[in-house]
Amino acid sequence: MSALMQFKDVDVYYGPIQALKKVSLDVNTGEIVTLIGSNGAGKSTLLMSIFGQPRVSSGEIIYRGEDISQKSAHYVASNGLAQSPEGRRVFPGMTVEENLLMGTIPIGMEHAQEDMQKMFDIFPRLKERRNQRASTMSGGEQQMLAIARALMSRPKLLLLDEPSLGLAPIVVKQIFQVLKEVATSGMTIFLVEQNANHALKLADRGYVMVNGEIRMTGTGDELLVNPDVRDAYLGGH
Amino acid sequence: MNATIDYKKSTIDAVIAGLMALVLFGPVVGVVLQGYGFTTEFDRVAWMVAVVAIGRFAISSFLQSNKGKEILFKHSSGDDTGVVVKSPDYKSNMVWIIPVVILIGLMVPFIASKYVLTVIILGLIYVLLGLGLNIVVGLAGLLDLGFVGFYAIGAYGLALGYEYLGLGFWSMLPIAAILAAIAGAILGFPVLRMHGDYLAIVTLGFGEIIRLILNNWSAVTHGPNGVSAPLPQLFGLEFKRRSRDGTPFHEFFNLDYNSGFKYMFVYLILFIVVLLVLHVKQRLVKMPIGRAWEALREDEIACRSLGLNHVLVKLSAFMMGASVAGIAGVFFATYQGFVNPSSFTFMESALILAIVVLGGMGSTLGVVIAAFFLTVAPELLREFAEYRVLMFGILMVVMMIWKPRGLVRVTRTGFATRKGVLK
Repeated sequence: MSALMQFKDVDVYYGPIQALKKVSLDVNTGEIVTLIGSNGAGKSTLLMSIFGQPRVSSGEIIYRGEDISQKSAHYVASNGLAQSPEGRRVFPGMTVEENLLMGTIPIGMEHAQEDMQKMFDIFPRLKERRNQRASTMSGGEQQMLAIARALMSRPKLLLLDEPSLGLAPIVVKQIFQVLKEVATSGMTIFLVEQNANHALKLADRGYVMVNGEIRMTGTGDELLVNPDVRDAYLGGH
Repeated sequence: MNATIDYKKSTIDAVIAGLMALVLFGPVVGVVLQGYGFTTEFDRVAWMVAVVAIGRFAISSFLQSNKGKEILFKHSSGDDTGVVVKSPDYKSNMVWIIPVVILIGLMVPFIASKYVLTVIILGLIYVLLGLGLNIVVGLAGLLDLGFVGFYAIGAYGLALGYEYLGLGFWSMLPIAAILAAIAGAILGFPVLRMHGDYLAIVTLGFGEIIRLILNNWSAVTHGPNGVSAPLPQLFGLEFKRRSRDGTPFHEFFNLDYNSGFKYMFVYLILFIVVLLVLHVKQRLVKMPIGRAWEALREDEIACRSLGLNHVLVKLSAFMMGASVAGIAGVFFATYQGFVNPSSFTFMESALILAIVVLGGMGSTLGVVIAAFFLTVAPELLREFAEYRVLMFGILMVVMMIWKPRGLVRVTRTGFATRKGVLK
């Protein structure tokens, strides 16, 4: 197995505050890797630093053999890295179809029709609402749309930032069900989550982040039964 | 729905309105100054308060009836959730109206009097400005309060280009557009990271800088004295009574001299340019760049996570908008025959922004209507000149209450992939 993306001793600062401290992790092709941690641990910072927002001050982010830590956001995004940003961020005034088409920016519209059909197969709910504006949909539907939009660029690596944010438990379950389907098609997924229970059950491997550092790593199942992780993130039962 | 009218509520409304009228009219109408003394006229105040109170009672009662509730519901902004999207293959059945408008537009100069024509020219210039700012504010969502700067660049471009380089109207038309676009890029670079209020302040400063340069660099711009601008020529024919070099227009065509010819000519060119800009704008909205502008307005972070180069997108919006304003400036200069810095104050920027807001952000038709309304209405209401700003304010307040999204709700056809066009 080769590493598709690799963080090597990455430091990130917000002004005087160090948000990431010598973070190293790797994501191999075909894996689902999750990063869990509490509020303010630096999870989203790590994900955003891939796109240079904020810039990495030292260390390297190797993606397919190339250091992308100093590249511009659009360069990164047009090279097979797609992100579903935190808080969904769909385009409210655009219809579902238009949102999906916006996802094809990095690769052009050559496969747009075909891929959109594929998305409608994975998310039948979106098909029902294809001509509806995104702002009129529920949170769960918007999250599905955000994931589908990210998939429209035929990414090699799908980055998900808290897909469970602000959603009802049953909807979270649905979302993770879909992610499982997407993963079985061979997609590499890097999932940043607070919902450790769901995330670790889905993931092949996991990293636990505390205060900008990677504290623990292991397979999903290992971390799920680890007493420290249980205490901190799974309600201690 | 069976409405019962709550007269108690209506009475309370009426009393409140009456008290407010009393406070407002009491000192203004009730006290008449005479020399050093004054007389009180309570009956006039009483009349006015009574009219207001009874009127309020009637409106309040009416709005509680079935019919009133219907009207209230229709105009409430609660269900107003933004743009209406039609399916991509939607075809409007109002297409016939376009050739009709073009035909009427082309007939105007031969029907209208010279005065009406000049008013319409001014209206069209503001249509251009509104369309330009609509790209920046309405489509790309970048609040620009210094738009008048680009307008000034266009106008002074023609005046100074003629004075120093001998460039005429026709050569300045494209050059002014390019100059303004470059200025747009210069403004665009430093403000790439800014949003909302901060962007507004920086652009406001930019507009003022341009005006102050024009005002103070007297060696080149002649300062507050202004510069005269040339008239357009038709294949070298001039629109003057006598021409120093060459034949004037009226002699060439064996017509009697008429000072209205030049306005007719300016109008016709301007009309064609406005049509072109409208056409370009309609096309741009459907092109990927137009989609990118709208996406940027809706959510910048999402755009960047999708790999959109926000630098290019923002700069292109600034440059497009600016170049349209530059063209408008050239027309303004040639129409006035003279430019000076006092035409390019912040009030102009505010007026252009008002056109865009009033018309509906991103709506083309709305902007055209609003531009005409805001420039032609003051001309028609010459007698009320002192109340112009007051009326303007009232209009804005009323608009924000009843139609917060502008006169014409933005309706657009959806965006679909085109087969065989994009590879």
